[in-house]
Amino acid sequence: MTTVDLPTTEGAHHDEAPSHPATSTGLTNEKVAMWAFLGSECLLFGGLISTYLLYKGQSEPGTIRPHDIFDIPYTSVSSFVLLMSSLTMVLALSAIQKGNHRALRVWLLTTALLGGSFVAGQCYEFTVFVREGLNLRTNLFGSSFYIMTGFHGAHVTIGVLMLLSLWSLSVKGRLPSEKAEVVELIGLYWHFVDIVWIVIFTLVYLIP
Amino acid sequence: MAIVTQPAPSAPSSPGTPGATPTRPAGVTRLLRRPTGDVKGLWGWFTTVDHKKIGVLYGVTAMIFFLIGGIEALLLRVQLGSPNNTFLSADAYNQIFTMHGTTMIFLVIMPLSAGLANYLLPIMIGARDVAFPRLNAFGYWVFIVGGLFMYSSFFLGGAPNGGWFGYAPLTRNMPGHNIDYWIFGLQILGIASLTGAVNLIVTVINMRAPGMSLMRMPIFVWMSLVAQFLLLFAIPVITVALFLLSFDRLFSTNFFNADAGADPLLWQHLFWLFGHPEVYILILPAMGIVSEVLPVFSRKPLFGYQVMVFSGIAIGFMGWGVWAHHMFATGLGPVALSAFSASTMFIAVPTGVKIFNWISTLWKGKIRLKTPLLFAVGFVTMFTIGGLSGVTHAVVPSDTQQTDTYYIVAHFHYVLFGGSIFGLFAGLYYWYPKLTGRLLSDRIGKLHFWLTLLGFNLTFAPFHILGLQGMPRRIYTYPTGRGWDVWNFVATIGSFLIALSVLVFIYNLWVSRKGPYVGDDPWDARTLEWTIPSPPPEYNFKVVPVVTARDDFWHRKYTEDEHGRAVLREPAPPALAQAPPDGAAEGVGGTTDVAVVDGGEHGDGDHGHDEHGDEHEEHVHIHLPSPSYWPLFSAIGLAVVAYGMIYKFWIVAVLGGIWILGGVYSWGLEPATEPEPPAEHGDNGAAIEPDDSPSDQLEPVGQA
Amino acid sequence: MSTPEKTVEAADHGAVHAHEHPSDLQYVYIALFLALVTAAEVAVYYVKSFKGLLVYILATMAVVKFSVVVMFFMHLRFDSKVFRRFFVTGIILAMFCYVSVLSTFHIWHR
Repeated sequence: MTTVDLPTTEGAHHDEAPSHPATSTGLTNEKVAMWAFLGSECLLFGGLISTYLLYKGQSEPGTIRPHDIFDIPYTSVSSFVLLMSSLTMVLALSAIQKGNHRALRVWLLTTALLGGSFVAGQCYEFTVFVREGLNLRTNLFGSSFYIMTGFHGAHVTIGVLMLLSLWSLSVKGRLPSEKAEVVELIGLYWHFVDIVWIVIFTLVYLIP
Repeated sequence: MAIVTQPAPSAPSSPGTPGATPTRPAGVTRLLRRPTGDVKGLWGWFTTVDHKKIGVLYGVTAMIFFLIGGIEALLLRVQLGSPNNTFLSADAYNQIFTMHGTTMIFLVIMPLSAGLANYLLPIMIGARDVAFPRLNAFGYWVFIVGGLFMYSSFFLGGAPNGGWFGYAPLTRNMPGHNIDYWIFGLQILGIASLTGAVNLIVTVINMRAPGMSLMRMPIFVWMSLVAQFLLLFAIPVITVALFLLSFDRLFSTNFFNADAGADPLLWQHLFWLFGHPEVYILILPAMGIVSEVLPVFSRKPLFGYQVMVFSGIAIGFMGWGVWAHHMFATGLGPVALSAFSASTMFIAVPTGVKIFNWISTLWKGKIRLKTPLLFAVGFVTMFTIGGLSGVTHAVVPSDTQQTDTYYIVAHFHYVLFGGSIFGLFAGLYYWYPKLTGRLLSDRIGKLHFWLTLLGFNLTFAPFHILGLQGMPRRIYTYPTGRGWDVWNFVATIGSFLIALSVLVFIYNLWVSRKGPYVGDDPWDARTLEWTIPSPPPEYNFKVVPVVTARDDFWHRKYTEDEHGRAVLREPAPPALAQAPPDGAAEGVGGTTDVAVVDGGEHGDGDHGHDEHGDEHEEHVHIHLPSPSYWPLFSAIGLAVVAYGMIYKFWIVAVLGGIWILGGVYSWGLEPATEPEPPAEHGDNGAAIEPDDSPSDQLEPVGQA
Repeated sequence: MSTPEKTVEAADHGAVHAHEHPSDLQYVYIALFLALVTAAEVAVYYVKSFKGLLVYILATMAVVKFSVVVMFFMHLRFDSKVFRRFFVTGIILAMFCYVSVLSTFHIWHR
């Protein structure tokens, strides 16, 4: 069997153990790429959050303001859910690293479900807000709130899709322990989405 | 890094082995099968994942857009050539000047730089491809989809007409879909840039040949790397800005709605937070090219390599702290004005350092006045002029006069045309023989250069005067009697001279296409790309080089005598031997490519051979990533989404999203490299037989 | 197969982290900690007497949660510096640029 001699871990063709890729840094290309991407995402969410902060308190007087409408206990629960999904994600990674594929699948599915609940909870929250008169067009608060949390929710949704794909691959036996890194990379993405929410929850919901 | 080599099976495959007797499936099924290594023709280009082919695609596409952007410029100059002209209506003018700027920046300079980087970076660091070949292809297809998407607007109601910078709130309320094409077009292009940035960054960080430390890399690699980092962090900012604007236009959100209390400066801040790093993205690769060309044509190493690297990094860093100098006339307040004025002046320091280092490189060198050198020197002089006008902008009171006048237009054309374009031409002339094995005519090249220099200065120098005389930017006509008539006319003449120079360049491309073969290293250059054949084989290096110094190739060719003069080493290393590019691929059987795999005397594994590289090994198998059509397929989905969004055909947008998802999933699930079928000689397997040209051996000369 | 020295060293550095892992139980403890901080955040939100200090208290808590997730769940604490540099650069750049932009809008004095 010919060996790929590109120092890349793309494709499972190399002889080296996954922890010793033959790259200049000893790190896999995919992991470096994911961290580079996450670094770039900081600028993306930073922009959306800053727009929100800029317009905080600047909406037309008489229109809906954040603390008129926020349901802190409700959002606290969904924040907690997302936070716990980070735990289950890390347990999923731990499981595949130990070769426990049944546990992997359980934790992957749990993470996806928790993430899905978070998104569902957000959707419900949005419908309540809309009914109470806050939509995209209402005022500066409406626009910036929905776009910021909407972008975040879209990221969570993509994460859920990826988790379900991983789960499905594992069920079909196409996610062996050698491919643990894929779970790690999607985990990194997932945790990132979680920490963005940590920032949003504090800056947007809690800080007056 | 290890290369595990394998002796080729000597027996033909037995019947019943998959692929043993290739039958060609018919029609559509054949199209849907994943292409294998030796796809020919157009389908080969559509499915390529080879960084060199992708680089060529970027370059050719960018040159076509250069012609289009140039024609747009000529139209503008015809209109402005005389006062009260009616050649273009105001509306037409707005579309053309917007597209001229957008085209030149996003569809010419950026992809030309990306194309050169794509082609050269892996070779310059001793790698065989980029980190993610299919992602690389994706980047190209997204680029051309984005460009075509944006240009389709000309036929679908009108091209973008809000300036290349699309200032909201104006663009929030402009009727029609012109601005929407601009927004979504740029979003698509942004995706191409971002994926390209991730790819090239990982490639440079992770795939350098043994011994190629960061401070031994060619400086073009360094400057491109800094530019890619800038892209990585700047593209998300404009992504945010564009999303906000698109939501305002499509869904009536309030981000730029002054009636709802929105701040018009939000757009400007977000845009220029991107926009300023963007201009360094545009100039740094060209600076890198100049830093490669000057040493070769003065037969001296780059003066102050380390300082040049650090200056480039410094420019990259400081570029984040100057953006509001584009906003000096917007009422920022004295604190902000002072801060940004100071930071803008400071950024001139590393830039100035570079200019002095380039001059020092040439100083007392053995100058060879070839076309690449002329363009490189042209860069240094023209960019300096542009930099000087830039320094005047850093001073807030003078900028308050200059902003939004033709003085600014003069500045940025001096740095972008006199800078980037000149630099890119230097690179094209310099690396053309590597890509093709032939030289562009130097005689015609010199004519091209002088015509360009003349035409360029005739066009843009008067802009300084016009600006100081008060002529505003972005106006489609002007009244007579202000003293602007003469210089506008002169500039128009100049622009046609530029057009003539471009025709000369095209002529050069045409007549040089069948020139004599010049071998691997026609310029007697310094860096690794000149050690491999011209044009390079698909796998770049038959043997991954081991690097022992900066300008490693130069040091293998030359040593220094007691006076510090370069002296050719004896014996001439095989790297200088010339072999025809289509050298016969070695057939089966013990052959002279034994020398390649013979790892015998070179004890420290400097060829990265596996231990049993013995004389009986007949072939080196280099298994390259397989072609794929999923990148192209996925890229098209982006346009589908964009069209759906613009016209609010949500079904179309959703289908486009599913299209992209499907493409990306299929891509993700196929392996990067298909496993080889057992019978691999000369059939459709992805294994490449390196041909035997001795020139791609890299043996340490004067082993010490 | 022969591997040049430098790559071996680099590979070793990359590989070291593989042996430093919080255990599953430790992960659970970390998650519990995060949950507690979240609960504290919400509780603090309701305490009226904090008023002006509220912003700083909440911000600190958020930073703590953020850091814990990044360092432990994302494993950045045990991983190569290369990853840390990408991430920290992104964060610092974002903070610098956006805080500067917001400052020009004088939002701190509202």
